[in-house]
Amino acid sequence: MPLTVFLGIQYDFQWSILWTGEYGHWLLQGIWTTIRLSALSWLFASFLGILAGALRTVPFAPLRALALFYVEFFRNVPLLVWLFFWYFGAPQMLPRAAQDWLNIHGPEFWSAVVGLSVYHGARMSEVIRAGIQSIPKTLLEASVATGLSVAQAYRLIIIPIALRLIIPPATNESLNLLKNSSLALTIGVAELTFMSRQVETYTAKAFEALTAGTLIYLVLCLGISATMAQVERHFRIPGLIARVGRAEH
Amino acid sequence: MSFDWGVIATNWKFLIVQGLLGFGSFSGGTLRLAIPAIILGFLLGIIIGLCRLAHRPWIHYPAVVYVEFFRGIPLVMVIFWFWFLIPQITGQHPPEYTVALTAFVVFEAAYLGEIVRAGIQSVPRGQIEAATAGGLSYGHTMLHVVLPQAIRNMIPSLVTQFIVLFKDTSLASIIGMMDLTKAAQTVSQREIRPFEMYLFIAVVYWIFTYSMSRFSQWLEIKMSPERAPTRRAALREAARAAAA
Repeated sequence: MPLTVFLGIQYDFQWSILWTGEYGHWLLQGIWTTIRLSALSWLFASFLGILAGALRTVPFAPLRALALFYVEFFRNVPLLVWLFFWYFGAPQMLPRAAQDWLNIHGPEFWSAVVGLSVYHGARMSEVIRAGIQSIPKTLLEASVATGLSVAQAYRLIIIPIALRLIIPPATNESLNLLKNSSLALTIGVAELTFMSRQVETYTAKAFEALTAGTLIYLVLCLGISATMAQVERHFRIPGLIARVGRAEH
Repeated sequence: MSFDWGVIATNWKFLIVQGLLGFGSFSGGTLRLAIPAIILGFLLGIIIGLCRLAHRPWIHYPAVVYVEFFRGIPLVMVIFWFWFLIPQITGQHPPEYTVALTAFVVFEAAYLGEIVRAGIQSVPRGQIEAATAGGLSYGHTMLHVVLPQAIRNMIPSLVTQFIVLFKDTSLASIIGMMDLTKAAQTVSQREIRPFEMYLFIAVVYWIFTYSMSRFSQWLEIKMSPERAPTRRAALREAARAAAA
């Protein structure tokens, strides 16, 4: 391969390392781990988000306070600190049997799932809350006035509208989760960023390895956001002006 | 399992003075990184935001690509890119602090640029037309009419993004910069007290981010023109009515 001059630097490009030998296979494994980690965490985060969002509206103050504490404490601390906490700090608090299970099934991956789920669950609950709050109270009153019961009004009117309004901010938050899953490399999960770094270490071809990782993230993120834009257009409510307020950090 | 919270007191100076504030034998520090990163990132963000609003395609499209690119990749990736590229370009290894600061400014400017753009677009077009009709030049219109209103609309999103940036500075520890997270990691490895250490820095980070978030809520109420009149404003109004 000839030396190429790029930005005034001489660099010997060898793009073929990305598909020869085991390096391409490593990158594929990295993609698979990133997707598995993100998808699992997304499921748990959505569940926690809905749960915390619902608990913040129950007529029982201690439960409301608990949900508020969860949301405010977990989303205001860096994810990296939580990952270290769940990986290095928390397992010692578990009972012996749970620790053994964790050691067999890979503590890195499951700590990352817990860290991502708990952190993003707190953020997701804010997205859901903003979505529900953006629906005017008069809509519920109007539904009940037409003869629906409150449960029917929620099932047939409020929830379908809230779900549609939540699509754009929830997509944004899901992409944040996908990008944040890269932090799992710090506790040794072999996801995409980790694998790009490993290819770089083994081949000493940093430019090629980082480009591959970067492009894969770009394709994943732009692909998901383009798909969700289609979904949003499909489910758009004609004539509706209400927009979901800005989701908090 | 027994706890030893004394480990915080014995390492207090290292964690707070070195890790959080950045004074000591290592270059770094969470606040020493966050404050310049916020200021420089905002300045670059204003440039990016204005470029995105430009009509000339050769200014507009590069800004769009910049924003979409950096919003589509994780920050860790950007840090690794600069970790590799800066020595290639300058021919020498810079301190971790320089790499981290560059990566944060470049990365956050994409997000801040979008906030600046949305803020400027939130100012009604009629304001610009009225200013032009009143005889103001483009520069004066921007400076005296558009930007003051735009900045007021931007403030809640800006503070939110500054909180995100503050939390993101913890990622500088990945390339070994001695910030609060790295300091806690160092202490935790020496003392084997991960539970206490990480919970402690979680609280330290939380105090900063939560105060910023409360400040933003207060500012939002204070700066909104539709807010209910404060007691002092009501008194002033009453005094004026009495004088007239």
